[in-house]
Parts: sequence; C-alpha cells; structure tokens
Amino acid sequence: MAKDMSYAAVMGRKNQILMDSLGIDFSKYESGGIAFDYEGVMAATGMTFDDIKQIQLATGVGNTPMLELRNITALARHYAPAGMGARIFIKDEAANPSGSFKDRRAATAVYTAKKLGFKGVAAATSGNYGAAVASQAAKLGLSAIIAQECFDSRKVGQPEILEKTRKCEAFGAEVIQMTVGPELFYKFLTILEETGYFSASLYSPFGISGVETLGSEVALQIREMTGKNPDAVIVTHAGGGNITGTARGLIREGCNAQVVAASVNLKGLHMASNAHFNRKSFTTGHTGFGFPFATWPDRSDMPRNAARPLRYMDRYVLVNQGEVFYMTQLLASLEGLERGPAGNTSLAAAFSLAQEMPQDAVIVVQETEYTGAGKHIQPQLAFAKKSGIDIYFGEPSAEIAGENIVLPEHPGLIVARDVDMSSLRKSLIKNTMQRAGDIVPTDADIEFLAAEIKANAEFVREVLEETRVKTR
Amino acid sequence: MIKKDAWVSICATILEAGSRADGIPSDTASMPLVMWVSGHLVEDCEIGGEATVRTVTGRIEHGILEQVEQYTNVDYGGYVPELHRISADARAILAGGAAHG
Repeated sequence: MAKDMSYAAVMGRKNQILMDSLGIDFSKYESGGIAFDYEGVMAATGMTFDDIKQIQLATGVGNTPMLELRNITALARHYAPAGMGARIFIKDEAANPSGSFKDRRAATAVYTAKKLGFKGVAAATSGNYGAAVASQAAKLGLSAIIAQECFDSRKVGQPEILEKTRKCEAFGAEVIQMTVGPELFYKFLTILEETGYFSASLYSPFGISGVETLGSEVALQIREMTGKNPDAVIVTHAGGGNITGTARGLIREGCNAQVVAASVNLKGLHMASNAHFNRKSFTTGHTGFGFPFATWPDRSDMPRNAARPLRYMDRYVLVNQGEVFYMTQLLASLEGLERGPAGNTSLAAAFSLAQEMPQDAVIVVQETEYTGAGKHIQPQLAFAKKSGIDIYFGEPSAEIAGENIVLPEHPGLIVARDVDMSSLRKSLIKNTMQRAGDIVPTDADIEFLAAEIKANAEFVREVLEETRVKTR
Repeated sequence: MIKKDAWVSICATILEAGSRADGIPSDTASMPLVMWVSGHLVEDCEIGGEATVRTVTGRIEHGILEQVEQYTNVDYGGYVPELHRISADARAILAGGAAHG
C-alpha cells in the first residue's frame, strides 16, 4: 500500500523520519518529566573534541585568521570617554571553504552521514548552511539536497538567498526553492523519506559540537596575540547554534569571557508572512529567529535542539539594519575587508560595547562571512530601495523595520540596545511549563530549568510561583 | 517544443491556498505553497505543459514546465550613493576632521 503523503500524515511520522535520518534515538535522553539529559544528547555524536578538530582539518575547515581592527577601534575611541575603547578583533570565518562558520557545523554532520553509509545529505536552510552542507558533500562524494524558503508569492526573492541557490548548485547540490511558509518542513520530510538521506539539521548535536572548535580557537588566538583572555565575545544570534557552540568551546579552554549575543532588530515583521518576506534586508541574525529560539529552543526540526542559547548568554543586545549596513561599509573602507552582513551585526554591537570598556580590554567578533554578488550591501540596499524601503541618514532609533533603513548620521550614533535577560529567562520557563501539561516539576526539573537559563534554582522557583505552578 | 534532456525548471503546488498549516499569517495562508526545482527533461514538453524532470541527485519530480536553461541572476544592484558618504565621513573623522559629527 502506498504511503499516505498528506500533510497531516507526513507530519505525524516526523519523529520516526528524523530518527531514521539521523541515527540518534532522542527518547533515550528524556527523563519523563521536564528535564532531559542535554550533555547526553551532545555526547550522542560519539565524537571527541579532538575527533572533530581532525574531521574539520581534513576538509580545510577552521583555523581561520584572527584580525585586529585597529582603524575601527580608533574610530570607536573617538566617541568613547577618555581611557575607554576596547581593542576590537574579528575572526575571519569567511576563510572557510564555503565562506562562513557554517562549514564547522556541516563538516561533522556530513562526515557522520558518510561514516554511517548514507548516500546523501539533506538540509532545510536558505542561508550559508546550505552552501556549507553542499560543499562538504562535494568533498566527501555524497549527494546533497537543500530546501530553501526563497520567494514570495510573486516569485520575487532576496538577492542574498538567490546567491545561496547559485552557490549550492555550484557545489553540485539539488536546490528546492519554495515560497514563504513553515510547511517547507513538510516537503523536506517527504524528501528524507523518499531518498533515505541523512538529515544534516542545523540543530543536531553534530552541527552544534562542530562550532566548539570556533570558541576554542578564539580563546587560544587571543591569548597568543594579547597575552590574556578576551573580555567579551560577541556572537551574531539567530537559531542559537553559533552562541551555544562558541561558548562551549570557550569554556573548554577555561576562558571566562562575557558571552554577548547580538541580533538585528526586526520588530514588527512576521517571519511567516508573505507580505513581510521581502520587506526585511536581513535573512538571518535577526530577532525573528533570535527571540523565539532563545525562549523556546525545541521549536527546531530536532526532537531536542542541541542549540540552547540561554544556557550560555550573559547579555543580549540589538542593533538596527541601518547600523549594520553602515558598519559593513566601514569594514571595507577602513579595514580593507569586504565581508557579508552576518558577522557585521556583532561588529556593530562591538563598536558600541567597546566604548563601555577600557582601552586594554579585548572584544572579539567571532565571525565574518563571504560577500559577493547578491550578498554585498550594494545589491541589498538597491533591492530594499526597489521594494519601497526608505533609506536615509538620521537617528538609528527612528528605524522601523519594513518601512525604512536609517543609516546613522555619524558613527557615534551606533548603539547596542540591551534586551532584558530576566524577561527572556522567564519566557523560557513559561514556555516550558506550558508544554509540560500536568507534569509537576521535581527538584531535578528545577535544576534543569536553572541550567537552561544560566540562573539559580531560586530564580526558577520564584518564576514558577509567579505563574502559580505547583512544585514537588 | 522543448526537447528531452534540456535543463529546465518546473513549478509545482505543494499545498493549496486554504490547506496551509494552522497558525500561519492570513496573507500567507491565502496563497498556495509553491516549489520550483531544476532538472533534465525526461520527455519532450511545451512550456506551460506537465513535465517530468530528473534532478541532479537522480530524483524524479513532476510540475509545470516554466523555464529553459535558467540560471541565477545575482548582481551588484546598482549605484548606492549613501555608501560613498559613509566612507568619506569615517576617513575624515579618523584624519582629525569632523564631517557630519
């Protein structure tokens, strides 16, 4: 009998399809209550940190340069109080084979697929990760299928996503381009079922453990270059894998740098809206992913998301689209580095945060990404203008996502705006309890929740009290 | 008539408008979920006709034949005057001037 391929039937088979396509049985790590064994999930890769370093080295991934941005630091000091203005460094992840840190995530996943005997890999992503999976699959001789959310209903697509289609195809991948909507995941599941390919999810423990090498390299390179640990590491934040892996790598090296997440503020734009799809100039690294994935990580395509950002985040700041575009142009014209927009979100934040820190402090922007046709700020801004977005110089706080892009009148107006961490932490607890149904949290569950949000058990108990949840 | 083996792009509806997932915004729910995929044409077919393609991974997909020998056309967008001002201002500030603050 033919399988029922209706939306409801395929979504109903989700967990089985994912288990078959990843080789990990997540149910083993569940406690039956609220808690699950997170470190157990991370260890399910069966790879040590040294294994991962070797796997990445074999395909030219990692060991990217660390660059000091002396001119941008000097410009930040121009606006900082006397004696302030930390040294700003950037890790040039664009030097990875497909042009971004995503190669680290793809390397471990595609290596595992090959080792387990899968003929191909599949991933649902419109971003650099698709190119990374396609690149790694090319190196290891596997087929690759990338499903992209690509167009609005008029078949108009962001130049940045179209460039990713081109790049994936250049690496020999099949690209499935779709209109806006989360049901892309339904098509993706049918592809996994049809092909029997490995699910190279962004959020699997393979992907996240691959980023630990990035954090480790940051700590070691900064010690080598400055004789001390970095004081702060700024991570562009979307789905949470970048901050999770980087922070775990820093911890592995005994580095206690403050871990700061930075996102582009896209308040007011709905990520699943057809009408809003092309009104934004950033396809990732924004609050449309940053908030929901911080406060409910298990919304991902894995039964349990290995990326759990609030476990590692000390501070979360937002910048606006115009500020990131401005900083991208500064990176080119002051430092001679043309790089894509993603890492420049944390660079814009670093430019502001450096002004709060003394001159001997060290602040690290932990990624760049490649740029080029489609991804460069010139096509991005030209596309925004064509889409009716008003672009002008002014006060960045006047920016309204989807309506205008306000380039700062001068660099002194670039300001990283703090998100209330306590409110994010409360949201995670509330979201968890909402899904827990009638489960009464045990002491172990409370300890788990405290670890989930980098807080203590007392804070968790207070929030549970506020929301009138009974505890045992 | 487009000949068998030509490199083409087809378009197929995955979910009809009105059969979309619960909870998505109404402007999205009122549109079908559409997919495009490229491959080699399995049989001769007219543009706009029902076509079958074999993709680069060897999969078979069916849909409406939309384009022949398509390619991704990304470019540098055109002149953006604002970028000149950013560079000039920043260099002037570092050189000790005070352009725009």
